Formats: sequence, structure tokens, C-alpha cells
Amino acid sequence: MSEDAPPAHLLNDPLVVINLGLEGFSRDLAGQGVDVVHVDWAPPAGGDARLAELLSKLGA
Amino acid sequence: MSSLEATIEAANQETVRRMLAAEPVLVDVIPASEAIPALDDGVILHAGPPVAWKRMCGPMRGAICGVAVFEGWAKDLAAAEALAAEGAFAFHPNHTFDAVGPMTGMTTRSQPVMVVENRAFGNRAYCAINEGLGKVMRFGGNDAEVLERLAWLRERFGPLLGAALRRSGGVELSPLIARGLTMGDEMHQRNVACSSLFLRALAPHLAAVADDDDDLEGAFAFMGGNDQFFLNIAMIAGKAITDPANGVEGSTVVTAMSRNGTDFGIRVSGLGDTWFTAPVEMPAGLYFPGYTEADANPDMGDSAIVETIGLGGFAMGAAPAVAGFVGAGAPSGAGSYTRAMREITVAENPNWTIPAMDFAGAPTGIDIRLVVDANVAPTINTGIAHREPGVGQVGAGIVKAPMACFREALIAFAEKAGVA
Repeated sequence: MSEDAPPAHLLNDPLVVINLGLEGFSRDLAGQGVDVVHVDWAPPAGGDARLAELLSKLGA
Repeated sequence: MSSLEATIEAANQETVRRMLAAEPVLVDVIPASEAIPALDDGVILHAGPPVAWKRMCGPMRGAICGVAVFEGWAKDLAAAEALAAEGAFAFHPNHTFDAVGPMTGMTTRSQPVMVVENRAFGNRAYCAINEGLGKVMRFGGNDAEVLERLAWLRERFGPLLGAALRRSGGVELSPLIARGLTMGDEMHQRNVACSSLFLRALAPHLAAVADDDDDLEGAFAFMGGNDQFFLNIAMIAGKAITDPANGVEGSTVVTAMSRNGTDFGIRVSGLGDTWFTAPVEMPAGLYFPGYTEADANPDMGDSAIVETIGLGGFAMGAAPAVAGFVGAGAPSGAGSYTRAMREITVAENPNWTIPAMDFAGAPTGIDIRLVVDANVAPTINTGIAHREPGVGQVGAGIVKAPMACFREALIAFAEKAGVA
């Protein structure tokens, strides 16, 4: 099997999912019986690029 | 870590050290004009950052009219309103004069103010006496009943409380607050334990100094009948704790949060006395029977000083009963508010711990960098005033500090540091 081919076990084994950001995805998966861990994450400064740049200099 | 980052970290540690080292003691009750000599006739201190008459909300205007009549500057409310509109009164924030006030936060010359001395740093802070619940001036009430109570506080209760405090040698507030946290208070919307503990501590002294049995009975009934009596005391403690922590060069820690019903303002230690303001938000909460959100005034009061020192919404985990009162969800989820606030603070207070959270310390030292980075706004527990003057309190809830205050402060800090 080449390195680019998807591992076969992803399609055959039970999935364990780590979900970042939008919690709705984790709820949907959980509703289908999938093991899922939700990580409450958001981009720095709510995605505001200027503030994120300032924070990188001020050391948040 | 860059040298700028290291400077900020060291400055923030110093700011929080000053907050945690504070020793606030309630020592006296004196006329406001004695505490604050700038309180001439016509000078009115209010809650929140500066605001002109034309931008003031309904309850703020109602309280100003009421206090002008109370001080004898106007013969009635209509005359007071006319005088205010033509610029006869000078308005200033309480914070400018080492003072705080809940909701509308009226402070004028003849009112009695409680005095808290921070014995670790030598500074003093002031606040009027809590009037009780229902129709009161802090919620914009201004009728005869409200003014009669204020007169009783000025002429009978205030002097008695002051004499009792002087006889006691002062009541140390930090240990009292620590005990209140273990008894279900968060010191903003629940002060049942601390009000009771305070009365218990002071009762012998009140009895010893009272010349008149009616005064003593009235004092016990007033203090014992007001679950929020301690709120104003916790607020002065907050002001006395945060003032010495303001002005630490390079610090990004918040030293005041306050609202006037129109604007929300914050101060940041490294940025001195500058207010960073944004429009106040509307509390989300529960309403007394007969009232709805349509009746509510936006967020108001200096009382967010208690969140600034790690109490109120920051200590929600200590007060699961409050979660239901302010509409913050299930009591079992109260700790989640405290945990969220820990994400935006520099330290925990080792002296103010929360039993139900394995004695975690109250989250202390709000860092504007952490607030902006996490996009998590401080949570504040609050009373809700009616939007029209003269009505009073209509509910209680929680409100978020506007993120714009923290963004503006961060930009100003970066500009001052030369990295914007």
C-alpha cells in the first residue's frame, strides 16, 4: 500500500473523533453513537487578525 | 519570552500581589462631605464612567432628581429635572473620588458613607449605606418613602453604625468574606451569610453605643431584614483593594469595571485612570412577577468592582443558589462560570476559596490580554432596574462585560508599548 492511500482500518474500525471548535459536529456524531471528544477552541481574538498580531507581541 | 512579555508578566504579578496583600477594614461612617471635600452643594457622584445628563438612562435621572430634592437643592422632582437639564449640577464618577455606589450610585454631601481603610497600603474608600430592597434610590426610586429612608440613614442609623464601628476598632473584611464564600455567598447577588456575620460581629457594639432603644431596634430590624446589606461593604472593600493596584507600569490587569446604565467602562493598571468604554449590555435574567425584559434598564452600577476582585460572577461556584436566582442555569453548573473566569485571570486568591470546587481560590486579576485572546468576557451578577425613573428593581440576572472595552484597552496598551 502506498503512503497516500487511506488506512483501511479507518473504514473498518470504530471511529474515535476529536472535534475542535463548533460543538454541533460533536453532538451530531454523538447522536449517531460515535465516540467523540469535544475541544472548546476558537481562533485567538475571535479571529481578528490585527488583535491577534498585537497579542503575539504582548505575550498572551 | 520577549523582554516586553517579561515586563508585562512581572508587572501583572505586582498588581495581583497588591490586590492579595490588601487588608480592608470597615472603620467608620462619616458624612460624605467630610470624606470627600469636593462634595459641595450641587455636586453629584454617580456610578460608572463619566456621563452627561443628556445621555443618562431613566433610573439614573430619577435618582439624580430624588437626591437633589433630598439635599434641598430643588423643591420637587420637576424642579430638580429642570435644574439638571440646564446644567445646575456637576456630575462626576464615584471612582474619581475613592468611592463606589451600587446601581445609580448616588453620593452627595450630606449622605453618610461607610469608610474602609486598607491597612496594608494606607488608602481609604467610601460607599453609601445599602438602602434595602424594593423601591430605593439605587434603582431610581425617588418618592417620599425613598427620601424618608435616606433621611433616617443620615440622621439616625448612620451615626449609630459609625459609633459602633469606632467602638469595635473596625471589622476586618477579608476574613469575613472568606467565611461568606464557604456559606454560599458570592458577594454580589447573595450576601445573606456576610450580612448576618457582620450583624453578629457588630451587635454588641451597637447595643453598647445606642442611646435610644428605638434606634437600636430599628438598626437590628434594618440590618437583619436586608439580605444585601453587605453588598455595599464588599464594594468598598473592592475599591480599597484595587486602588493601590492601579498605576503599575506595564500591567495589563483590570483595576475597575463599572457601568452607568449607558456606558460600561474599565480601567487597566498600566493605563492609569483612563476609562475604556463601550455601550452597556442588557442583563439576561429572571424578573419579578409582573415585569418582563421590556421593562428592564441596561446594565448599571459600580458593583462590578466585586467581580474585579474575584467575587460575584467570578465566585459563582461558591453560590449555587444564586445561579437559579439570576437565571444562570442549574446550580450544579455554577462552577463552570468560575472555571471560565479562571481562564481570563492571572491568579487565584488563596484566602478566598470555594469549598465545592475543592477549595479553588477565587479567580483574581483580569488580564485584558487573556480576555481578548480567549474572546471570553467577564461575567457579572447583577440586579435589574426598571427603565423608567422612580420604579425600582424588577429582577436579577447575569451580564457580560462588553468585549469592545477590552479590545480598545489592548490597542491603547500596545500603542503605549510601541508595538501597535
